[in-house]
Amino acid sequence: MMIVLVIRALVNLNGPGHYLHWGFIQISVANVLLIALMVVVFVGAILIPFRRGKGRNR
Amino acid sequence: MSIETGSPGPQTHAGPDSRQWTARARKAAVAAFPPERLLPDRQPAYMASWIYVFGILTLVSLAWVILTGCVLAIMGPTWWHMSTVGLFVNSLHLWSVEAFFFFMVIHLWGKFFMAAWRGNRRLTWITGVVTFVISVGAAFTGYLSQQNFDSQWISTQAKDGINASGAGAIFNVLNFGQMLMWHIVLLPLVVVALTGVHVLMVRRRGIVPPFVVEGDAASSAPNSSPVETEDDS
Repeated sequence: MMIVLVIRALVNLNGPGHYLHWGFIQISVANVLLIALMVVVFVGAILIPFRRGKGRNR
Repeated sequence: MSIETGSPGPQTHAGPDSRQWTARARKAAVAAFPPERLLPDRQPAYMASWIYVFGILTLVSLAWVILTGCVLAIMGPTWWHMSTVGLFVNSLHLWSVEAFFFFMVIHLWGKFFMAAWRGNRRLTWITGVVTFVISVGAAFTGYLSQQNFDSQWISTQAKDGINASGAGAIFNVLNFGQMLMWHIVLLPLVVVALTGVHVLMVRRRGIVPPFVVEGDAASSAPNSSPVETEDDS
């Protein structure tokens, strides 16, 4: 169900927002996706090697 | 202040003008921020990681926010609501704000897990956190200034919370003119000023080095920062 909501939100953004409910927590699917993307970028920024320029020793 | 009558040669520290506030302020500024520290040619080796690029990405996003905001202010609401170019610049303004917060939060996470307040960098950390909070207010007043159903909904939903805090007496979210002025004058001034102080503190104290992993202390050199100081005040 959540996957369907996520795909729908990705495909059609021109309509009312989709929301997830968990107890008293309510958050839009768009915000969940954004937070997930931020976590992915954060982890990637730590793990992905940084290319150094040629001749740079320090 | 004396009137200069001679040639504008370099003034010595012991010259007759050395006690003036201008000379003292200049000496203090140069001592605190020598040019090679303000604009260094190289960075410490430990900065060779993607996690260190999110500060400058946040700065670039802020520059775009300010630039597009200036264009919107110059052209006015009719232009940004009715013309295609205006709508495009309005969207640029929105999405640069999105990018600003996206990069700033990752920057914040990175610095939090590095404990970036170490090494007498408290003011760097505090100015960053306060800038983040003020930025939330700047974005909030921006949402209130959209002049659409979204802004009406947000303002009517927010007024109860603001009133409950007691701030409603001077900060009325239903007052469009006041929210617009806060959005385009007061809050940007504070955000830009605090960002300036934050960057200057980064230049003064240096980028915080990562934690030394036990057993890896010999191979790594986390203290290679030229401005790594504990007692530099």
